[in-house]
Amino acid sequence: MDILRAINLGIKVNGKKVLENINIYIQEGQTVVLFGPNGSGKSSLISSIIGNPRYSVYDGRILFKGRNITDMPTDERVKMGIGIGFQTPPKVSGVKLSDALKFCARIGGTEDKIDEYAKLLNMKSMMDRSLNDGFSGGEIKRSELLQLLLLNPDFVMLDEPDSGVDLENIAIIGNAIKKMLQRDKPQAERKKSGLIITHTGHILKYVDADYGMILHRGRIGCIGNPYSILDSISKDGYEGCIKKCLKFPNLM
Amino acid sequence: MSEISKPDVELEQEMKSKIRSVGGEFDSSKRSASFLQVDQEVKIASTRFKDVEVMGIRQAIEKYDWLDDYLWKAVDRKKDEYTKFVDVEDVNGYFIRAMPGAKVEVPVEACLYLRKLGWKQKVHNIVIAEEGSELNIISGCASHPGVTSGMHVGISEFYVKKNAKITFTMIHSWEKDIEVRPRSATIVEDNGVFISNYVLMNPVKVVQMYPVANLIGENSTAIFSSIIVALSDSLIDAGSKVVLRGEGSSAEILSRTISKGGTIIARGHISGESPDARGHLECRGLMLSDDGVIHAIPELQAKFPNVDLSHEAAIGKIAEEEIFYLMSRGLTRDEATAAIIRGFMDIDIKGLPEFLKREIDKAISLVEKEIIT
Repeated sequence: MDILRAINLGIKVNGKKVLENINIYIQEGQTVVLFGPNGSGKSSLISSIIGNPRYSVYDGRILFKGRNITDMPTDERVKMGIGIGFQTPPKVSGVKLSDALKFCARIGGTEDKIDEYAKLLNMKSMMDRSLNDGFSGGEIKRSELLQLLLLNPDFVMLDEPDSGVDLENIAIIGNAIKKMLQRDKPQAERKKSGLIITHTGHILKYVDADYGMILHRGRIGCIGNPYSILDSISKDGYEGCIKKCLKFPNLM
Repeated sequence: MSEISKPDVELEQEMKSKIRSVGGEFDSSKRSASFLQVDQEVKIASTRFKDVEVMGIRQAIEKYDWLDDYLWKAVDRKKDEYTKFVDVEDVNGYFIRAMPGAKVEVPVEACLYLRKLGWKQKVHNIVIAEEGSELNIISGCASHPGVTSGMHVGISEFYVKKNAKITFTMIHSWEKDIEVRPRSATIVEDNGVFISNYVLMNPVKVVQMYPVANLIGENSTAIFSSIIVALSDSLIDAGSKVVLRGEGSSAEILSRTISKGGTIIARGHISGESPDARGHLECRGLMLSDDGVIHAIPELQAKFPNVDLSHEAAIGKIAEEEIFYLMSRGLTRDEATAAIIRGFMDIDIKGLPEFLKREIDKAISLVEKEIIT
């Protein structure tokens, strides 16, 4: 079954084109990794999929579960089953982490899991703190994941969950993502899908992905085995990797 | 505890629900004492605890000769036209006193109610926490539905004796053409603590007040917190002033103001007039409409080198980024806005008993819809 389809998608920010002619197809149970250098448009892509009003769609459309969501407000997309974990979420003074978790659990039908998941991500002591206010790098990642676990989306997008995270946190985070995306289950049983942005690929040590893509200069450059792409990027850089892909176009 | 007297007054339903909206509680088991004044008349003055005295101020003046030592001793009777206006024969108000050492956690309720259209209510209150005592007071001031014009002028003088503590929470609910001019002052002795909370969220013509706490005692403390919402055509000029005279005395002034079309002047003044005095002032404003004004005026004054005073002030609108973030957790735009405004008003008041926090939350939720839409 189709989960997400972006068709000829073009995105502008402040009137400037940041993404052009993007085509993505993600099926139920699939996890996809998105690579790309800084400023290539990775965050813009997931921001437009969740419906951040700063990112305007000037071309193409986005389908979720077969439905055109291109003009849908963010909260409705979330209610349909899309979740997003931000890299640098804003602090919201006075709104406590526990409040945010209740909002998420209401959508995800996971009210009885708040305590269990908070323990799992080692966030019990942060419940009364204002959202993201004075959170450390690791705490922000864990808070985002905790909210997502409770939101229980069918399709989850994660913006660099492994960047700036120490070894202890990466294990907690990696295992939580693995559980969320049902990568611990046999392929046929997986219902959850994911799109993970990563620079370093560290997250692939914990979460296996079905395929990877490179986003380069606002376009999708390569599609293929995520581990081979990562290997190729580390050897030849993004440019080199894309040149190879163009010579040997991937048939996926 | 012996029950001294019980309120047996029949009140109109509308009045009861209005009083409830400003923290009123008609289940007397939840209050240590109750006072209700309607226009100039004392309707209820009763106490369940022998360690707490509550009566009308005129009765108290008759009963206690020594009250002369308290009347007009914190507030200057010639301060302005409003103090003079109250300084007359038919003034009324409450007298609340906690006996030495009495720790009364159950709140005392004192309500001042404007019932008659166009009435000018004159009030003079005296509150005394004797040495080592503790008092929690919820003071609701409100006007009857439909009583759209009138005036409330109230003098309140608080005396916090050695090692005593008063927590005074005042919730106001008026109508659009009512003018409100409280004049309050507090004197705090050694190790005394005065905590004042103020909540105003309904339309009103004018609220103008600048309560002062004089911390004359060593290590005395005052904390003023206010949550103010100004709707269209309201002018709210409100602040708090603390004069730190006692050695090691400290003060904190917190305010959260929201303008939805109204004008707010948010004042705050801490004056460090003793060695080792400390104070912090924090005022934050949120603009929710293109009309309306928030004018923050924080003032600090130091008269000794080792005084430590600071302030922070900020005024802004709700960040679009924060709304979007909460929408990504499934909240609609309105729900996200409401959550952020609620968060903005949620000030963490040190030493505030849980039931008072609930009263404040209740007052906030009653008007939330009006503020957001």
